This record gives sequence, C-alpha cells and structure tokens, in this order.
Amino acid sequence: MNVLEFIAQNHIEVLELTVQHLWLVTVSIFLAVLIGIPLGILITRHPVLSKPILGGANIIQTIPSLALFGFLLPAPWIGARADRLAILALTLYALLPLIRNTSTGIAGVDRAVVEAGRGMGMTDRQLLLRVELPLALSVIIAGIRVAAVISVGLATIAAAIGAGGLGEYIFRGLAMVNNQVILAGAIPAALLAILADQVLGWLERRLTR
Amino acid sequence: MNEPIPEPAIQFRQVSYRFDGGTELLDNLDLDVRSGETLILLGKSGSGKTTTLKLINHLLVPTRGEIRVQGRSTRQWDPIRLRRSIGYAIQDVGLFPHFTVERNIGLVPEIEAWPQPRIRQRVEELMQLVGLDRQLAPRYPRELSGGQRQRVGVARALAADPPILLMDEPFGALDPVTRAQLQREFQALQQRLKKTVVFVTHDLREALLLGTRIALMENGRLIVTLTPEEFLHSKEPAVRLYIDAFGANGTGFS
Repeated sequence: MNVLEFIAQNHIEVLELTVQHLWLVTVSIFLAVLIGIPLGILITRHPVLSKPILGGANIIQTIPSLALFGFLLPAPWIGARADRLAILALTLYALLPLIRNTSTGIAGVDRAVVEAGRGMGMTDRQLLLRVELPLALSVIIAGIRVAAVISVGLATIAAAIGAGGLGEYIFRGLAMVNNQVILAGAIPAALLAILADQVLGWLERRLTR
Repeated sequence: MNEPIPEPAIQFRQVSYRFDGGTELLDNLDLDVRSGETLILLGKSGSGKTTTLKLINHLLVPTRGEIRVQGRSTRQWDPIRLRRSIGYAIQDVGLFPHFTVERNIGLVPEIEAWPQPRIRQRVEELMQLVGLDRQLAPRYPRELSGGQRQRVGVARALAADPPILLMDEPFGALDPVTRAQLQREFQALQQRLKKTVVFVTHDLREALLLGTRIALMENGRLIVTLTPEEFLHSKEPAVRLYIDAFGANGTGFS
C-alpha cells in the first residue's frame, strides 16, 4: 500500500489531524504576534531591555522542543490539557523571530524620515503607528512567515504529549516501522508549511504594495 | 513717535550644544533671526548649521544657553506645539515613502485634525503654489523627479501656514538647472509669503541669492552675520576664504 492509498483510505482522520495541526499553529502564532510585536516595539524604545528580552527568547530557542514540552507538563492549568501545553510551547518558540524582526524592522526605517516626522510635530504614537510600523511591516511579516513555517514543523512533536496533529502519524509510523504512515503525517505537514508561507507572502505583498 | 522694534522671531542666547560626552558641536552662539527675513546658515559640513537648525524646533536640546522662539524659550514650549508652528523641510529623503504626494503635503493638517475637505482644499492650494501638477496628487514620492520631490517637501512645510520655516539644504540633491529654477521660485514665493526662514546651505551662490543675511559658521562658531552685499566685500579672512574657494567666476559676482 502506498502513501496516497493510505491517505485516501483514512482521509477523514487525515483531515481531522490536519485541522488540529493548523489550529495549534494558528493559535500559537496569533498569541506570539500579540506578545512579540509589542515586545519588539518596547526594545526599540528602551534599548536597555533589548539584551534581557532577546536573550530570554534566544534561550527558549535553544531548549530542545521535546524537553520544553516535558518541562511544561507539571504547570498548573496549562499542563492539564495537552493542546494548551502545545500552544504555549509553540508560542514561546515563535517569539524570537517576531521580537527580532519587529525591532530590526523599526530600527531599519530611514532615520531621516523619522526625524522629518518628529520635526513636523508628530507625537511618538503617531510616528509609531503612521510611519515606523507601516515602513517596518514587510520585515515584521517576514518574521511571522518564519515563525509559522517553524511552528508547522515543531507542532508535529506535540503529538508526543498527546496534543494531536499530524505528528500522530509520524509517531505511529515510527512505532510501527512503517514509512507509509510516517509519510502520511509528514507530507501534509510539509504542504501546510508551504501553504502558510505562500499565504503570508501574499499578505505581505498586498499590505506593502 | 517711534516705530516699535519687532521682537526677533528666533533668538539664540549663549547657546552651546555637545553630544553626550562628545566634542562641542556648537559653541556659545548668539544670533537673532528677524521676523520675515531669510537667514542663511552657511558653512562647510560639520560647521554646526544643521545642529543650529535642530535646536530651533527642539529636536536637540541645548547643553547651555537658551533659544527663544517668538519670545518663548524652547524649554517652555510644548515641543509638539512648537514643531507644528514651524515648517520643516529637509532634503527629499524626508518625504514619507508610503504616503502619496497628497498625504505627505497634508500631514500636519491631518495630525492637527483638520476636517477632510479643508485638508483637500489646502493641499490643492499648496500644490498650485509650489507649481506641482494636480495629477501628481495620488503618486508616491519614488514616482516623482528630484525637483518634484523638493516641491512636495516645501509644500509640506508650508501646509499649516507656519510663521517660521526651517530648511535644511532643501535643494541640495538637485541638478544645477532644476536647482536654479527652484531657487528663483522660492525667492518669488518668499516675497509673497514673508515667512521667517532659516535656510541651511553650503552653497555660496545659493546663500547670496536667497539670503537677507548670511551667517557664516565654522567649527561650531558663528564667524559673522552679514548681508550678501557686505559679505562679498568683507575683509574677514574666513569670508575671503569661502569666496575664494568658490572662485569669483563661479559665483558670477566679482
């Protein structure tokens, strides 16, 4: 039996796991955007905070994903459900590219443009919302793209703690020593990653002309 | 009966400025800018011209001394209010690349929360004033020529009809022909509008053409403040040096 036959026969389960996978990634990227972009802005305003915040996000990146899932297991509320735990871990991993791209995007805005705005009497808030963020947008979205593609891959490991997603097939296939089953998880996951990249790329072009 | 002497629009009183722990960029500057005149700050790069300009709209804060704008110290002004009452035009790089010509010009009215129709009307007026074709309104700065961008910059600075205009080499990045044209137009415009203008340039010819008075700066110090006529005949060594560097032929004066 080849992969396509396997997927065709189990298409309902494949679809369910794909939706679950997409859910884990979408929620965690959403949360990471909500936390990461303000943190990225914060460190451009208070450079003293840059080291600890970027350092912290960096350290999180260095923790092997399986270990991070394990560490978080005893946490109250979060540890009670596998999907919460997976979302928290994926959010933490997605923070670094978001914080870094937001701050480098803003730092990369032409100083002359910002100074012209300030010189004409724009407030800090107006400068941020009308000049700095719009001009940094493509770099910020590039960060979201990176984070999303990484998350799709990492989310397969969430199956190890029972959070579901396409990783189910990968772990099941590993246990059964069955490559077809592994591929039934890996191929849709790869397609999801490509899809996420394309959709965000399209969004980037739309928003930045 | 005596004519009341109008108070200078801008006064520098013993102003020094140094960058955090760095060298003195501006050393004990005393300077008055009279209402309605075009004062040229002339000097080489690093002479302190731009620093002087940025002290006026409080982009920089003096280390010592005081700057008074319309009689009030820049420390007492709310910086946002101060800046919105001063037009600011810098080289074309200062335009917002993600704003259309229309939005660039209407920026200060917009942040001052003018009603939309009034902004639109004002933008139209200004485009005509600086000689920009109405068709250009929806374009982005990168779609314009250098000369057109400079016109947008000047229009934007004039948008809220500020009494004071700061211009930092506004025609610096232009070819000589366009530059001469914009200088002539600026001259005509200034004759009508009678703004108080502080104009930074390193170009002697531009200074002689546009200035009511020329303030020559060197290494953060003000050397002399003279009318163009006095400037040409001055015996002051720094002035002679500047004139000789440009060459009598080059200026068209001798």
